[in-house]
Amino acid sequence: MWGMNTTGTPLVKRGMAEQLKGGVIMDVVNAEQARVAEDAGAVAVMALERVPADIRRDGGVARMSDLDLIDGIKAEVTIPVMAKARIGHFVEAQILQAIGVDYIDESEVLTPADYAHHIEKSAFTVPFVCGASNLGEALRRISEGAAMIRSKGEAGTGDVSQATTHIRTILSEIRRLTTMDSAELFEAAKELRAPIDLVRETASLGRLPVVLFVAGGVATPADAAMMMQLGADGVFIGSGIFKSGDPAARARACVEATAYYEDAERIAKVSRGLGEAMVGISVDSLGAGDLLAQRGW
Amino acid sequence: MLRAVGASPCEVRRPADLDGLDGIVLPGGESTTMGKLLRIFDLLAPLQDLVASGLPTYGTCAGMILLAAEVVDGRHDQELLGGLDITVRRNAFGSQVHSFEEDLTVTGVGDIHGVFIRAPWVERAGPSVDVLASVGEHPVAVQQGHLLATSFHPELTGSPAMHRYFVDTVMGDRGGQQ
Repeated sequence: MWGMNTTGTPLVKRGMAEQLKGGVIMDVVNAEQARVAEDAGAVAVMALERVPADIRRDGGVARMSDLDLIDGIKAEVTIPVMAKARIGHFVEAQILQAIGVDYIDESEVLTPADYAHHIEKSAFTVPFVCGASNLGEALRRISEGAAMIRSKGEAGTGDVSQATTHIRTILSEIRRLTTMDSAELFEAAKELRAPIDLVRETASLGRLPVVLFVAGGVATPADAAMMMQLGADGVFIGSGIFKSGDPAARARACVEATAYYEDAERIAKVSRGLGEAMVGISVDSLGAGDLLAQRGW
Repeated sequence: MLRAVGASPCEVRRPADLDGLDGIVLPGGESTTMGKLLRIFDLLAPLQDLVASGLPTYGTCAGMILLAAEVVDGRHDQELLGGLDITVRRNAFGSQVHSFEEDLTVTGVGDIHGVFIRAPWVERAGPSVDVLASVGEHPVAVQQGHLLATSFHPELTGSPAMHRYFVDTVMGDRGGQQ
């Protein structure tokens, strides 16, 4: 092999996410969709059996995807392939690592396997991304070994309001940390229920020590650009692309709007002629039991 | 990183941003995505011209792939800038679970810590290409005149050594604006 190298270090895991910054990660359910996503300029794909909109509609228990399906997607594209494991389901994660996925999403979109514990992610070689709706949750996930955070939205709704709330919450809590003295940081760590070392690091960096994407409810180029202007490093788009009228055009438009998120003329140009956006469900109309973003602890 | 070694970097997002550069760094990322976006965003042809006309260029990881004359294990329609007489193997070290860190000695630069993420290696280097560092028998840092390329990501380690080499030695007295 090649010398005395070391794999699975925090630098290697976090560095992988750094390569995705400014890009769009798309949910795909088969090799054909993965090809559309790669051709449109996606930086990675999330291999799923059902997009969140369908998980929501079908109900039942949502688990890790079929492994042959993941293999088929891996064979089709050269960009990284991510896959979801249920919250706390460390064996699903072991399996996904064994078949060589590039990133695991420990995801609230699937039915949790453990209502108290998340996966101990630092024990794995494969990197993890986890959802968070506030800074404390983000830092707890990072302390468990997550190498990338995505703010949670309400996946499968096409309603971006929850994603907006959560990215704003995380970034505003970080801004507050940067104004605190060292004694206040101890108090903040207690309130955030997060390790003091990570709280200090976040305060001094003025940002999370890992890449921060937005996910959940992003359905249009304008949604994607808004998340970037709010301060996201990139976006996940789930049901929004392949539940729309013209997925290839919409995928391309979302990639361009994410890359040129400050250029309103350009976003206007790519927003034309995309056909119908996904119909969507307003988060207001959902009962508390239907809210996925509340999963994770 | 570039600022730390005395250069004045700017971001290149639009074709007009390419005007007046003394050198350019092609960063890591997904080479398939980058190639596509360079074409979609009208940067591919102008960059190809600049690289061919002698603009000092440093490609890291995916940037190395873009500079390569030939790629194996890529997409058949992968967009390349070319210029470097090398054949590169994409994801040569394996997928993300095989990404790694290793200490290296780079000729002209010294000892550095290399971070390899889904990294390529150089499968074939032409006669005018200097190999500056290797992992095992595989070259991971090469230079051909004004073109420098590494499989690894010096920007992730906080050490400016590679960028200093690029600005001081590859760009030479052309320095200044990046």
